[in-house]
Amino acid sequence: MVHVSATPVLALRGVSKRFGAVQALTDVELEVHPGEVVALVGDNGAGKSTLVKTIAGVHPIDEGVIEWEGKPVSINRPHDAQGLGVATVYQDLALCDNLDVVGNLYLGRELLHRGVIDEVSMEKNARELLSTLSIRIPSVRIPIASLSGGQRQVVAIARALIGDPKVVILDEPTAALGVEQTAQVLDLVERLRERNLGVILISHNMADVKAVADTVHVLRLGKNNGSFPVKTTSHEEIIAAITGATDNAVTRRAGRRDAEAAK
Amino acid sequence: MSDTSKTVQPDPGSEHQNTVAPSDDPTAAPVTVVDPRLLIRDEGLKGYVTEFKRKVKGGELGSLPVVIGLIVIWTIFQLQNDRFLSADNLSNISYYMSATGMLAIGLVFVLLLGEIDLSVGSVSGLASTVFAVFVVTHGMNGWLALFLAVLTGIGIGALQGWFFARIGVPAFVVTLAGFLGWNGLMLWLLGTSGTINIPADQGPIKLLGQSSFFMDQAIIGAYLLAALGVLSMLVGSFGEQRRRKAAGVPFRPTSEILLRVGALAVASFAAAAVLNNASGVSNALVIFLAALVIVDFVLRRTTYGRKVFAVGGGIEAARRAGINVPMVRITVFAISGGFAAIGGMFFAGQTASATLNAGGGNTLMLAIAAAVIGGTSLFGGRGTVWSALLGMLVIQSIQTGLDLLNMNTSIQYMITGAVLLGAVVIDSVSRKSQKAAGRA
Ligand SMILES: Nc1ncnc2c1ncn2[C@@H]1O[C@H](COP(=O)(O)OP(=O)(O)O)[C@@H](O)[C@H]1O
Ligand SMILES: [Mg+2]
Repeated sequence: MVHVSATPVLALRGVSKRFGAVQALTDVELEVHPGEVVALVGDNGAGKSTLVKTIAGVHPIDEGVIEWEGKPVSINRPHDAQGLGVATVYQDLALCDNLDVVGNLYLGRELLHRGVIDEVSMEKNARELLSTLSIRIPSVRIPIASLSGGQRQVVAIARALIGDPKVVILDEPTAALGVEQTAQVLDLVERLRERNLGVILISHNMADVKAVADTVHVLRLGKNNGSFPVKTTSHEEIIAAITGATDNAVTRRAGRRDAEAAK
Repeated sequence: MSDTSKTVQPDPGSEHQNTVAPSDDPTAAPVTVVDPRLLIRDEGLKGYVTEFKRKVKGGELGSLPVVIGLIVIWTIFQLQNDRFLSADNLSNISYYMSATGMLAIGLVFVLLLGEIDLSVGSVSGLASTVFAVFVVTHGMNGWLALFLAVLTGIGIGALQGWFFARIGVPAFVVTLAGFLGWNGLMLWLLGTSGTINIPADQGPIKLLGQSSFFMDQAIIGAYLLAALGVLSMLVGSFGEQRRRKAAGVPFRPTSEILLRVGALAVASFAAAAVLNNASGVSNALVIFLAALVIVDFVLRRTTYGRKVFAVGGGIEAARRAGINVPMVRITVFAISGGFAAIGGMFFAGQTASATLNAGGGNTLMLAIAAAVIGGTSLFGGRGTVWSALLGMLVIQSIQTGLDLLNMNTSIQYMITGAVLLGAVVIDSVSRKSQKAAGRA
């Protein structure tokens, strides 16, 4: 694992979340350190999206504690999360179709000049940001509605970076992307780690996870089902934890190691 | 909103570098790669024609239906009655459209959210009655009474917005209840007399009367207004061009600025000349125009306006951006109620009275039709407040024309209904083709 500081920037301790009859999260633990990419994996309906939404303040947690840089915090609204320095890119894209790229990048935190929206500075910064991320779009002044799915994803990720966050959450950022754009997004994730940000990456794609993540964290039916360092864990072990092929992948792994040691 | 979408990318070889980073920086290149079909417009007339065709194909009709509609309507009425395009009649149109226009301004806000406010007619009637009761029955100062009447409208709007935003009652049901309820309250306040006459020689009613003109009818007044409008557009446009050049982002070329300012100059000085040929520019019209300028600024240049567009374009996205959606909804309905009340004061100014049928009949339909005809979409997120002006020109031309031809109310209602339907059909069809072109 890369260098990791002692105090996690974000930690979840025993977090639970219920939607009516559905127990979406039960007693979930999660730690993210600065400069660490944590991949969050699990089957459909495992609760990955729900977990990131609790961190982002979309769904307040029912039980448990969220710690920010070692101190307990309460995140009840998106505003709280933004204030702490959590930026989220959702699986279902949260962009306004009628606003242009600049408007979407700065939505909710427009730059002001004498109390008036400063379109020129916003446009200038937007162009600079998109340049440094090597993002190709026809113009920063066309409505989001006229962009392709891949271009929208890239705008959504760029949007997350504008507020200078400490933790960036990406919910299946590559699911709708072609090969080249996927590579761009993964490059981008590595750049985030270089900037010492904590990254939570939800993905179904094991190749992506293996390529960029430091730690992989498995959710199954709303519960923790193991946390592995990516470098020393095989594909099959992660898949097993996701599908629940054994009830406890960690035990199985430990057991195999014991057996190897005994030889 | 995105008026800058029509800007031209400066020629990379020109002195105005549009790439912000130094040219030896390879990462700077991608953003300036522009799909020519989408954005770049050659300078000159040919570019306009190309872009115009592209827009119409993509369902972005803009103010095209209004202009065509206006020409058709004016031609028909002029053929029926040659007094229609006389200075006096055009002056009438400009005066009477201001009242319903105020209602339409408020409706633009509501339509931008993709909602509807069916109570604006009734609220305008109620506000004029509240005003009349305060002034005539209680002898209150006219300006204080006006303040209280407008406050009543804002309060009613906020209340309706609260039921919509906090309780979750569909807006059209809440405001339909308001449509009936506030009309009932007005009838109750008017009591048996049915009409309250308001002294027309003082206060707001004098200001809003038909014989009250900007700068007391002085010829120069109209031209001053026109010059003010043209000058501010000129200064504003070149100021923006300068700031954009300085920041190294695409800007509107000088030729286009001059063309636009020229078009405004022709229109506004022609209007000034016509109105001067009658009796001058009515104060009601001046207030209406001032309201349009202020509201346009709020919608396009303030964070509040941006929030309104965001909520209209995607509630979930707005919520996740930290926008307080219920607050936006409640305030938008309060604004709608406030403008309805102001419109009610204009109606009171027209007749110097509060009457049983104030704000009734087809008032509501006309206001909605005006906003939609002017180009504000019923589906939310798209439109400008200038649609209230353009749409009212069409609507008031029809109303005044029918009056001139002594048409029956029955005919007027049927025509109003048909016009509203036509406007909504255009809106729906253009939305469909925008979807097909990936723009909605
Ligand atoms: N807003 C909601 N209301 C009710 N149930 C929900 C809601 N969001 C998620 N769920 C339920 O919670 C569970 C976890 O869903 P989700 O977090 O979307 O899973 P994942 O992203 O891992 O596929 C599912 O059973 C889903 O139906
Ligand atoms: Mg999900």
